[in-house]
Amino acid sequence: MSSTGEPAVSVDGLSKAYGDTVALRDIDLSVAEGEFLSVVGHSGCGKSTLLRVLAGLEADFDGGAAVDGVDVRGEHAGNVGMVFQEPRLLPWLSVRENIAVGLPDGTNPASEQAQARVDELVSRVGLDGFGDARPSELSGGMAQRVSLARGLAYDPTVMLLDEPFSALDALTKREQQEFLLDIWHDREITVVLVTHDIEEAVYLSDRVAVIGGQPGTVEEVVDVERERPRDRSAERLVDRRERIERALGL
Amino acid sequence: MGAAFEESAPRSLPSLGRVRWGLGVVVPALIVVGWHLLVVTGVFPPYQLPKPLSVVETLYAMTLAGELTGHVAITVQRVVFGCLVGMSVAVVFGTLTGLSTLANDLLDPLFQSTKNVPSLAWVPLFLLWFGIGEPAKVLLIAVGAFFPVYLNLSTGIRDVDDDLREVADVYDLGRIETLRKVVLPGALPSLFVGIRSGVGLAWMFVVAAELIAASQGIGYLMNDGRVMSRPDLIVGAILLFALFGNLSDLGVKEVENYVVDW
Repeated sequence: MSSTGEPAVSVDGLSKAYGDTVALRDIDLSVAEGEFLSVVGHSGCGKSTLLRVLAGLEADFDGGAAVDGVDVRGEHAGNVGMVFQEPRLLPWLSVRENIAVGLPDGTNPASEQAQARVDELVSRVGLDGFGDARPSELSGGMAQRVSLARGLAYDPTVMLLDEPFSALDALTKREQQEFLLDIWHDREITVVLVTHDIEEAVYLSDRVAVIGGQPGTVEEVVDVERERPRDRSAERLVDRRERIERALGL
Repeated sequence: MGAAFEESAPRSLPSLGRVRWGLGVVVPALIVVGWHLLVVTGVFPPYQLPKPLSVVETLYAMTLAGELTGHVAITVQRVVFGCLVGMSVAVVFGTLTGLSTLANDLLDPLFQSTKNVPSLAWVPLFLLWFGIGEPAKVLLIAVGAFFPVYLNLSTGIRDVDDDLREVADVYDLGRIETLRKVVLPGALPSLFVGIRSGVGLAWMFVVAAELIAASQGIGYLMNDGRVMSRPDLIVGAILLFALFGNLSDLGVKEVENYVVDW
């Protein structure tokens, strides 16, 4: 939709404070359309705050933040889907109803089109047969996939993910990472992933932004490579990993 | 080996789950037996404490005479109407104060302080305003049923998980949809906590109402028993309150299990 060359996400001199505590200072960042960017940093560095700003959940900050060229502070601004660290599903709704929560404003969830779209998403995230299940019947990985499907139902141009895999076991985590890459590849969306897992960041993204310091600032932006699929243990990735670790002071 | 196995097998106790239900009956049954013995041996004179069986006989005779049904029906009716009135008002105000900080600041201090007025303190005022008719009793019960529902719903709505509210925010659900899909279902469990204790209080308040000004009802039977020195009637009325109090609690629990099914 937006003209080529215009960044999908642009953050310009962003500072955010909670009371006297400054969480982020002078963040400049831009994410190109269709790009996969990871944000890494120590816990408490403000990386989640950055995502919350982009999702429009923090109204009060200095500087600029825009998605698709629209200021995130606007009423219906920012065509973003958000996957939180926890699945945050509504326990009283079924999987299908939870996904339908993400349907864009003004969609009639009872319409045939909407139903078909929800069905498609249920099977896209590999939950065929679980459409009518309640969240309490799902495993952690399944619940997180419902959360992702809910984000996709919104048909976002930008998908924000806040450490979505941190609570999963190593095996499920790998599965979900591959799954996210598939989705990203299929739908040509822009992804901003916040994580504290450097290996994950390097394996998945085009670029990795390292946030460090107190308050958090962008220490370095590391280009990974364009080549995909990647080998997790490739030398170039290891090299990138070391560079990020150095930037984090590890 | 075989011998050791044979020895230990019969020792295992019968599965506890099957016995558990019955265990709750043991102590009350012992009390009834003790009660019977105390009256029969003359420790308590029958004009103070009747034999358990004569309580049952009294209730049975009154049922046969068609007398009891009327008393029970009017009491149940008062509780039901009182609950409906009190809880409806409570749902309105609880929702209002739960959703709006302004409404909460304006109204909550008032309700918080009036909830501490003892139930019986309202009786003279209500008698003066509404006479000794049905409205006075129903309103008194409504007052009792109001507070737990109001308090639990109001805090229940305010305590709905902020994480879930943010989900509604990110996906632009809008005010009405957020209420319908997130806030109200999230507050349902609290609402039922309120309803259950509200129904309990309604039974308490119906006794207060009927003891003081009634010509019919289970509470009236108690008072009648005192005036006529009929302890069987008093104890019978207590048992009826126990029975219906428990039945209504079970009923609400059933509805809760059906509605709050996640």
